[in-house]
Amino acid sequence: MQMINDDNWVLSVGTFLPMLGVLVLLVTPKANEAAIKIVALVTSIATVAVGAFTLFSFDFGQAGSMQFVAQTEWIPVIKSTYYIGLDGISLPLYLLSMVVTLLVVIYSLDHIPSPGNPKAFFSLMLILQTGMAGTFIAQDLILFFVFFEIVLLPMYFMIGVWGGENRQYASLKFFLYTMFGSALMLVAFLAMFFKTGAESFAIPYLVENGAGIAKNAQVWIFAGMFVGFAVKVPMFPFHTWLPDAHTQAPTQGSVILAAILLKLGTYGFVRIAIPMLPDAAIEWAPWIGGLAVIGIIYGAFGCLAQTDMKRLIAFSSVAHMGFVMLGISTLTPFGVNAAVFGMVAHGLITGMLFFIAGSVKERYHTLEISKLGGMLTQVPRLGWILGLCAMASLGLPGLAGFWGEFPAILSAYNPAAGLNVTVYRTYMVIAALGTVLAAAYLLWLYQRTAFGTPKGDDHHEMHDVNTYEWVAWLPMLIAIVVLGVVPNLLFSVIDPAVQETLRAFGG
Amino acid sequence: MMFAASEVLAPLRGGWFLENAWLAPVVPTIGFALIVLIGKRLPKKGSEIGVLSMLVSLVLASGAAWQWIQRVGAANEEQFVAPVVRTWTWWQAGGMQFTIGQHIDGLTVVVLFVVAFISTLVQIYSLEYLRGDRRYTHFFAALTLFSAGMLAMVIAEDMILFLLGWEIMGLCSFMLIGHWWEDGANSRAALKAFFTVRTGDVGLLVGISMLFFAANDWTTTNLGLSGFSIRGISAWALSGEPNSTVILVAAFALFIAAIGKSGQFPLHTWLPDAMAGPTPVSSLLHSSTMVVAGVFLVARLYPVFFTGLDILGPSSNVIMVIAAITIVIAAALAFVQTDIKRVLAYSTVSQLGYMMLGLGAGAWLPAVFHIFTHAFFKACLFLCAGSISHSASHHSFDMKKDMGGLRKHMPITFASWTVSTLALCGVFPFSGFFSKDEIIDNVGANGYTFFMVVGLGGAFLTAAYMTRATYLTFFGQARGASAGEHDTHDAHDMHGAHDAHSSHDTHDTKHDSPHESGILITAPIAILAVLAIFSGLFNATPFGESWEYMKKWVEPRAVVVVQPSAGGPGAALVLSLPEAESGYGDSPCGKETPVDGICYAPQVNHAKFKWSKALLSLALVFAGIAISWLLSAAFYGRRDPRLVGLTQRNGVARAGYRLLANKYYLDDLYERGVVRAVVGPMAQGAYWFNQKVLDGILHGIARVARVVALVVYRDIDQRVVDGAVNASGELAQSAGTTVQPIQSGRVGHYGALLFATAAVVALVFVILNT
Repeated sequence: MQMINDDNWVLSVGTFLPMLGVLVLLVTPKANEAAIKIVALVTSIATVAVGAFTLFSFDFGQAGSMQFVAQTEWIPVIKSTYYIGLDGISLPLYLLSMVVTLLVVIYSLDHIPSPGNPKAFFSLMLILQTGMAGTFIAQDLILFFVFFEIVLLPMYFMIGVWGGENRQYASLKFFLYTMFGSALMLVAFLAMFFKTGAESFAIPYLVENGAGIAKNAQVWIFAGMFVGFAVKVPMFPFHTWLPDAHTQAPTQGSVILAAILLKLGTYGFVRIAIPMLPDAAIEWAPWIGGLAVIGIIYGAFGCLAQTDMKRLIAFSSVAHMGFVMLGISTLTPFGVNAAVFGMVAHGLITGMLFFIAGSVKERYHTLEISKLGGMLTQVPRLGWILGLCAMASLGLPGLAGFWGEFPAILSAYNPAAGLNVTVYRTYMVIAALGTVLAAAYLLWLYQRTAFGTPKGDDHHEMHDVNTYEWVAWLPMLIAIVVLGVVPNLLFSVIDPAVQETLRAFGG
Repeated sequence: MMFAASEVLAPLRGGWFLENAWLAPVVPTIGFALIVLIGKRLPKKGSEIGVLSMLVSLVLASGAAWQWIQRVGAANEEQFVAPVVRTWTWWQAGGMQFTIGQHIDGLTVVVLFVVAFISTLVQIYSLEYLRGDRRYTHFFAALTLFSAGMLAMVIAEDMILFLLGWEIMGLCSFMLIGHWWEDGANSRAALKAFFTVRTGDVGLLVGISMLFFAANDWTTTNLGLSGFSIRGISAWALSGEPNSTVILVAAFALFIAAIGKSGQFPLHTWLPDAMAGPTPVSSLLHSSTMVVAGVFLVARLYPVFFTGLDILGPSSNVIMVIAAITIVIAAALAFVQTDIKRVLAYSTVSQLGYMMLGLGAGAWLPAVFHIFTHAFFKACLFLCAGSISHSASHHSFDMKKDMGGLRKHMPITFASWTVSTLALCGVFPFSGFFSKDEIIDNVGANGYTFFMVVGLGGAFLTAAYMTRATYLTFFGQARGASAGEHDTHDAHDMHGAHDAHSSHDTHDTKHDSPHESGILITAPIAILAVLAIFSGLFNATPFGESWEYMKKWVEPRAVVVVQPSAGGPGAALVLSLPEAESGYGDSPCGKETPVDGICYAPQVNHAKFKWSKALLSLALVFAGIAISWLLSAAFYGRRDPRLVGLTQRNGVARAGYRLLANKYYLDDLYERGVVRAVVGPMAQGAYWFNQKVLDGILHGIARVARVVALVVYRDIDQRVVDGAVNASGELAQSAGTTVQPIQSGRVGHYGALLFATAAVVALVFVILNT
């Protein structure tokens, strides 16, 4: 992998700036909510500004190379270094994490979930941001692992403290599940380290040398990574933490969870598991693809069985991440491109859907689908936004979701050399059937909630989308449309990096 | 080899309109955006933008059509008239390039013109029809977006843009059917329409994918085109290269999409329910334009179907079988409808069956010509129905309850309805005669006698049910709302026999007695009626070959072209001159393309027109009209006791009526069977699995882990390791309690335990593997 090594500070600042905000928050008095909000807002704006600077300084001509690389000593005992860098795959996700955090902060200015305590809430959110951004830039497995784990705790508290009725169960389940995956992942990382001569944890080094590991060992190491990442994605059958976590989490938590956290898993596959262990990837790919299409159909069925809007959206993530994993499992540049696009698109669309669910809950005090109805009459703008997002989510061409879904289906027709074509073509047909089910559950949801006449006795005037919501949502809505019309904005950045990543597979 | 030495032909003519036909969908797209953004603030609530953008599109489409005719006219008789293609790169990734672009040829300009023309008229009509509607602006926005989507699909150079347009139409169909979504029946109909069509769309996704990968190598090598390109796929399909299984499956998959979109059996059930939408929507989307998209798909990628399904082969193919079933069952259903729009809807289904039958039997041109004529007379019939409900029957569409005797009150509507009905029935010299008869004739001439008989039977049925509808609407005694009664809005039956219109608009009506509609409604109707009469003359085979304009302008010439690298597509070389043989061309295209040549269209035959055959079908049509008229007059007019109550007295009649009234129980099968099974047992089962089995396993593990942890904690941790693990647990505990006392202590222990285990396992693994 080519490196543009200029010992740059940009990424470090972008990643750790939120921690500075946390420090300021710690000394801000708890009672001064206005000050707390300003600190959080300013911090996240500054972070996005650094992100924007990164974007503008990024050399798009060399999107396949690691840029802004910095490497210094960190834990010499285990030969782990503080080693960061950014390429075309990382860049969109890195920026997405920053922007989503900012939008969530803006949304939170007006919507602190009970039991309040904005100081702790914003602090956790900013810590979360550091963890997410760090994961996408880490070029050292230990560093990656640390960031990967940093994410866990704030989310655990966010669900456990600000969540719904069943929050304790959900947060514990989330934590233990992910922890379990992480443990196996760590085993795999350590094995990787030792099997390559205990020289370095640097990802580029391991990518260079991983292929030399005996195939049998590769398969086992891959298994460890697979569980770690699959739990995070989440893939069937490791997904059962997700509906509970999403349903119980406060809106902000759900949005971040859907938009960014799930992508840590898929990113792990693309960045670490597959390039490091190409032989094992070939062995595992059909199984991953199989679980992915099961997830697509199974998630859709799960959606159809739901009576709660938020839980339905949560299950839809299982289905949509199935498309992403199907793309990855083809091990072709095209499939992985589709997958990375799908990650960003799913982040935007499902993030938006959770935002909407939060606002519906706030207005109707329920998310039971049978008690909703006539949203287009009572809150027309919210209703139309839900319609747009539902259409985007079901993969309507012209909106972002399509470019993650259709190319993934397409790529399954011709998987990488060494994979069974018949199996993948079967997957393709099943995944295509999944698009019908997606239309079914989303439009059925829309028909029941937005159409018809308002239900319930209380016909009080509801306020439609307010300013905070507009400010938080518009960027995402615009991105959904723009990426749908001009997908090349994203593909042109991703593609060179994907080609580079999949060099081991011929391509 | 049968081709002679190559001969260089004159370069083809282009023109601004041909080069820039891609603007036709772009203008309404911009119009849509403007309506959404500023429509509500404009004096006409955005409708002016809609109408204006459609007018611009119409000008662009007409210009393109005109210049295409010039291009064909200037070309040599036997020259392949290459489409006017422009492409731009849309995006590229993973070594694949997705282009976007226009492909303008005869088929494109016909449909382009039809769509732009009818869209314009329907928008003008809607100005009056929807006046005062609560969501007037939304309506025009959706209508304009629809036109943009359809125009984009029509000009598409590649299957991706085609898919884009196709899906946007589906979205608009959903929005417009559900326009009055306060009523549950409407929103259910919208959902049903979108969902049924989407089921078919699986075929489109699969078909496009298969064709891409199957054709891409060949098209890239030989033509420098991608496997999404319609030209590329067409040439590949005729090259003799394709694996017969692959192309068969791909064609079949694509045909499933066409079945869904064009309301063919067994996925036709959504179309009659789609009548829940406002009448202009039924007229534009669900009769004349959107629903022909499936037919268009088959016509556009005809070589794929030709080769894949062995069209013109010895046995009948799936397209013909489906089409024949559709023609008959839909026509039969039209007899038991009381809702005038539903009669027309089933009629549309049946007529789409004719188009499919033509395509399946190798009658490409008559099928396309039928798209052209059908669009005018069917749109006209729907607009007439709307005019009646608007001005005579108080928004009711129930022929039996609220209509009758309207011919005196609505002269323009009546006259237009009548000529359009005659056109639909295929009476000489109205337009439908020329197109429908051509299809039937060619089906027979290509050797499919059985299907020709089905076509003739369908013509008889068509004449009969249209006569019944005409009688009920315009003749006999005025009933219900048409007679001035006002209690018709109460019946909110499932079938939405009336337009929910009335409850949503503010122009509360003063017109107590039936009267003719205003100029904005009658003008579009009259224009369409004129075309219903004369549009058949564009390919009037009975008058001789000089009248066959459509054949000259639209039908792609089955000519073998050498590879265009020689001089660009404009300066194509002809390898083979089709040998004229009593009006039949005979080119190797479709049978065996020469090795170094390329075909873009298969060779099909054209039946020679014979009055003897035409007279037979005309006789059937007149018989249908006469029998139906007599029965209608007896049954509805005089209430003849021998006919009234027949379905109660006679078992056969009762069974037949029940079968029809229940729409062959297909809706029951889908809604009670398939949908309920998916939503019920299958979804619930999956969810049960999720909650009980997967989570059950999880909870079991958790329980075991807790016991183990307790043992470990008591016996090992407390006594042996005491230090590190405990500390980490306490740390987590103190962190937890600061926020809220939840079970973080336990979490810490679990965490520590897991990592300890991880380290041990890693060590074991490494030792075992070294």
